[in-house]
Amino acid sequence: MTKASLLNVKNLNVSFMRDKAEVCAVDGIAINIASGQIVGLVGESGCGKSLTGQAIMGLLRHKRAVRVSGEVDFQNKNLLGMSEKQLRSIRGNEVAMIFQEPLTSLNPVFTIGNQLVEAYRLHQRIPFEQAYTASVEILKSVNIPDPVRCMGEYPHQLSGGMRQRVMIAMALTCDPKVLIADEPTTALDVTIQAQILRLLLRLREERDMGILLITHDLGVVAQVCDVVNVMYGGHIVEKGTVEDVLFSPRHPYTKGLIRSMPKIGNRRDKLQPLKGHVPALGQFPKGCRFRNRCEFAFEKCSQTPKLGAEAHPAACWLIDKGLGA
Amino acid sequence: MKVSVENLVKTYSIKEGFFGRDTKTVKAVNGVSFDLRPGEVLGVVGESGCGKSTLARTMLGLIPADSGEVNYDGKNMVTLSQAEKKALRKNVQVIFQDPFSSLNPRLRVFDIIAEPLVIHGAYKDREDLERQVHSMMESVGLSPEQSQRYPHEFSGGQRQRIGIARALSLRPSFVVADEPVSALDVSVQSQILNLLKDLQKDLGLTMVFIAHDLAVVEYISDSVAVMYLGMIVEKADVESFFGRPRHPYSKLLLEAIPRMDRERKNFAAIEGEIPNPINIPSGCPFHTRCPIATEVCSSTKPDWRNIGAKENPHWVACHHA
Repeated sequence: MTKASLLNVKNLNVSFMRDKAEVCAVDGIAINIASGQIVGLVGESGCGKSLTGQAIMGLLRHKRAVRVSGEVDFQNKNLLGMSEKQLRSIRGNEVAMIFQEPLTSLNPVFTIGNQLVEAYRLHQRIPFEQAYTASVEILKSVNIPDPVRCMGEYPHQLSGGMRQRVMIAMALTCDPKVLIADEPTTALDVTIQAQILRLLLRLREERDMGILLITHDLGVVAQVCDVVNVMYGGHIVEKGTVEDVLFSPRHPYTKGLIRSMPKIGNRRDKLQPLKGHVPALGQFPKGCRFRNRCEFAFEKCSQTPKLGAEAHPAACWLIDKGLGA
Repeated sequence: MKVSVENLVKTYSIKEGFFGRDTKTVKAVNGVSFDLRPGEVLGVVGESGCGKSTLARTMLGLIPADSGEVNYDGKNMVTLSQAEKKALRKNVQVIFQDPFSSLNPRLRVFDIIAEPLVIHGAYKDREDLERQVHSMMESVGLSPEQSQRYPHEFSGGQRQRIGIARALSLRPSFVVADEPVSALDVSVQSQILNLLKDLQKDLGLTMVFIAHDLAVVEYISDSVAVMYLGMIVEKADVESFFGRPRHPYSKLLLEAIPRMDRERKNFAAIEGEIPNPINIPSGCPFHTRCPIATEVCSSTKPDWRNIGAKENPHWVACHHA
């Protein structure tokens, strides 16, 4: 990537206090997002991908049982070290977030117009009329068919796809440089998902935005991301370009995920599922967290493998043995 | 079991306006007909709100149909008496989508799986009941030692296995699976799909498999039916459907799936959303979103016609297919 790095996450840790013991949900992960880049963060439920997004946005800082440490560098400032007041000038303005379920993220008792105008007025301190015009414009830019009518409607009156567009519009009000999208299309039908993905791709082109796309769908990653990070048990186990990771995976978990996905046109090949399921938080094995499900596990796996610094690293001891390529 | 559905209709009325004085009808299932050979797996796909779950529930008699027939080996479920329905239900079972809300949290796994056997008196003595439940648990990949636990002690995939064991404990010959893997993670989803496929083959089950994921449907089904606004718009066997889909809506659905290909698509073909089922468009219900719609599509409802071979039919409802 020749483009400048926008958001740089270093050694991010998120842990909970549970029964007086500390349980680590996100363990020392690093992610780099450049402008105009779509970075995928992919994994099954319980791997810590949503927590990563929330930690970057500083949404976990008031939870008493949660401890976040590490660095989130944005324009040479560490977001995690900021006061709430400093963070507020960045959150929403420079770094915005959209969530999976737009119905629960929008306020049900205010109209869409009300909520959008509020966002403009709070962040840009502009008069109502200007904010109103800007809101209609932003709704138009996310392909809402009748933006003026939409302004007067309540969230429950809109379809799921429309609500997600409104969420995206709201995130775009301040022209953020980084957008964190947490499963933005999971609750939607495929045709609507396609429209939203197309919208994200267009916004990236027009605004040169960096996007962190959190998803569990490898198909979505293949279609829209530039680089991808595969997460398992709070670690990033493999990262690289989409081409490298999806078409020549190195980590047994990535390989297993790809093999267990039904693909159109491949009906004759029996699916080869990964064995077992993702353990509950705090019940992962010591050392490599995937080793209880891994068909290649050997003695060395009781120590935690590190993610190398090469272009397409995978955290697996097999690679040291020259077997993981 | 031979299953045939004839012109099945289910409508709901919705009250709107001041004190609910305006009553409107939603045609959730709007004249659906199809036949299933014994041992055939029919995948039903469509976007949310297309009526696929209503179709499943109406077929099972869980909600009464307005009109039409659902024949199981020649017996019409819609007109049967309660007693006859109960006898039929022994043979007709269902697997639900959500493994969290479809299991009674206060029953132990043993009692959940034994319940259908107890209701229908399909066991000799306590020992026989235990033997049946334990062998059922083994065949879905659960260990009989877990039979005294409660549902909350299991993961999503294991719970779905419990749901499958419950549905199959009476050895039914027909099963409706309503989005059985949609709530599961990829790695667990493939385990459940393989389990269902193996059980279906071993027991010779006739099955209606409802899903929104076409890749899943292709993997498990013998034939595919695509639903749109309460109607089936295309039905064919899996090979000819995925080889050459004929209805523009089926093409769009296939086109919209983000595939794990090296080639990127531009997602340009799909516009608009599924219309409100209160106001189903005139003529062909899909003409408002269809890229190849002409005048005839907005005025005349297309016939349900076979454009494939006689022995290998490919049914489609489109003027231009």
